[in-house]
Amino acid sequence: MTGIFVLAIYVGIFIAAYFIITKVVNRAVSSDYTSLKTVTFGDESAVRPNRWAGIISILTLFLIWGMFTGSSLLPKFLHAPGAYVGDIEFTYTAEANGERDDGTVTVIVHPREEKVDAPEVDPGEGFAKNDSAAIAQWRTGLIRVDKNDEIGRDGGAKVVAINGTPIAPGETVQVENGAVTLSDKGTPNFAPYRGWQMEPLYLPPPEEVGKRTVKVLSEGFRGFTLIEHLGYSLFRVVAGFLLGALVGIPLGYAMGLSNWFRGWFDPIVEFMRPVPPLALIPLVIIWFGIGETGKIILLFLAALWIMAIAARSGVSGVNISKVHAAYSLGASKSQIMRHVIIPNSLPEIFTGARVAMGVCWGTVVAAELVAAEQGAGMMIMVASRFQNTDIVIMGIILIGVIGFGIDMLMRWAERLLVPWKGKA
Amino acid sequence: MSGLSIQNLSMRFELPNGGAVQALEDVTLQLKEGELMSVLGPSGCGKTTLLNIAAGFLAPTSGKLVLNGKDIHGPDADRGMVFQKGALFEWMSVRENVGFGPSMKGMPNGEKREIVDHLLDVVGLQEFKEKAVYELSGGMQQRVALARCLANDPDVILMDEPLGALDALTREKMQSLVLKLWKETGKTIILITHSVEEALLLGERLIVMAPRPGRIHKEYRLPFAELGVGADLREVKKHPDFAVKRDEILNMIWDMEEEIMGRTEESA
Repeated sequence: MTGIFVLAIYVGIFIAAYFIITKVVNRAVSSDYTSLKTVTFGDESAVRPNRWAGIISILTLFLIWGMFTGSSLLPKFLHAPGAYVGDIEFTYTAEANGERDDGTVTVIVHPREEKVDAPEVDPGEGFAKNDSAAIAQWRTGLIRVDKNDEIGRDGGAKVVAINGTPIAPGETVQVENGAVTLSDKGTPNFAPYRGWQMEPLYLPPPEEVGKRTVKVLSEGFRGFTLIEHLGYSLFRVVAGFLLGALVGIPLGYAMGLSNWFRGWFDPIVEFMRPVPPLALIPLVIIWFGIGETGKIILLFLAALWIMAIAARSGVSGVNISKVHAAYSLGASKSQIMRHVIIPNSLPEIFTGARVAMGVCWGTVVAAELVAAEQGAGMMIMVASRFQNTDIVIMGIILIGVIGFGIDMLMRWAERLLVPWKGKA
Repeated sequence: MSGLSIQNLSMRFELPNGGAVQALEDVTLQLKEGELMSVLGPSGCGKTTLLNIAAGFLAPTSGKLVLNGKDIHGPDADRGMVFQKGALFEWMSVRENVGFGPSMKGMPNGEKREIVDHLLDVVGLQEFKEKAVYELSGGMQQRVALARCLANDPDVILMDEPLGALDALTREKMQSLVLKLWKETGKTIILITHSVEEALLLGERLIVMAPRPGRIHKEYRLPFAELGVGADLREVKKHPDFAVKRDEILNMIWDMEEEIMGRTEESA
């Protein structure tokens, strides 16, 4: 139900922002070159990501996150209705020996982190005495109303109505800010109004995650600072990737240039390539334990095949005219290797490197989830065991940001080092 | 003996399905130093095979090539090649592309720079020398390819449809440039083309090849290349003989194409 509501808000913002930006804001902006480029729907090359859409998209995610977690960053009127906190009273009617009597139940619904005792209440008149209970937000509680009654359940008394509404075991009566359900044995179970917001245990508000990030940044987590955790993960990725590239690129070149190498390694590479590196984690742990060696070997294996295949196709992809031209310009075999084949294969190798870095980053997090003493994956795994959802979310965001950063860095290096990519 | 001598050249390709293609059969040609010869023919007549053998990229099944008294075995810097497209090195600037041959020989930088600067002047690309080749237009790229070939000072220049990928206007300009370079450098040039006009304009000698098996069908000696040096090529095309020769050769190639089509239809 909440899900449909969230989706409706999301779609609503999407549509509203579209009309506001395209019909109101963009009308003032003069048409740029791209808008002149084509009038044809279906020209993919004329499609550019709308900057406004990007900004609003990210803000919307945070807005919805804040709305449904009661974030203090948002004004209160934007919050989805929260779980009820405060006092609630309802009456129950007990019946014993043909007689009926009412008792009042006072419930204090308190925030989850507070410890509150049930209040003292005046027992009142009649055989059904008044009761009280303390229930945390989002929780429910059985209220043994007959415990202090003159005639208890053992005496044949049973609850027959809540706030005057008849009730039988298994039925529910809505009261103000909550609902009372009679258990099979006839005990009222009170569920305070849960509201639309997520419990912090499941999804903490953004500022909590921010605060926790600052805290982990200064205090560390499980004996290592945040920088150390992320640094270990990055170190493993870089070490594994570099080893993989160091072996994979020459292997790919050899496979691209020699029948014998191609024949020898093709079955191995073609077999290993479709094996997901994650499937190797158990074997790597059996062989090398959970230390650095095992992780780096795993990432080495993840990068190796990708780099070998990239280098191989980089060599195979050379236009034979270039090699012929170099020969007839007097180049020797080693000069052709150095001045034609290697530079010609660099764009392919960079594409491979980007893929390999992405795979390595994913693999290292997965490997750390399984077993590690430090690292981004270990951090979120351990945090989840202790229900530190804020750390889990912080970890996921950091892993995403770093993965994105790695890709940006690779693209930047690509533009810098192989500007001719895609220009041949 | 100077010049390029092609003696009883035959080339037979064995196909994986057991068949074979006779790409060239008993081709014999003598090219004197400084001759410009254009080669025409329908597709499949072995023009490119002939050029690849001359360059040394293919070894002939029988026969041999002799350049200035030396047998040809494999590619070397004495035979430069200009390709239709895609043979420039994108990772090098215009200057580095032109200087590739001298660099491979280990020529000192000063000497190399002199050659490169001179050739860039000749082809009119001096101001583009630091550009990447992919930033240039198709015509400019072919100028780079010509300059790169000349930088090595080869004895023979082999051109495989060098102007085939250019638009009509650029092509005309480039034809004048080829004639100018030929006259100025005095190189022996073999030029393969699909365009009958281009073959007539640029060929001091013109051979028409016939397919299956690839062989020399007819040979011409033409005055147009000589007339075209430094002249307006459109004027040369108005020469009374030009139209006659063009029609004659077009008909010849047309007949060959018809014959091939007929043969394929029969076998089909």
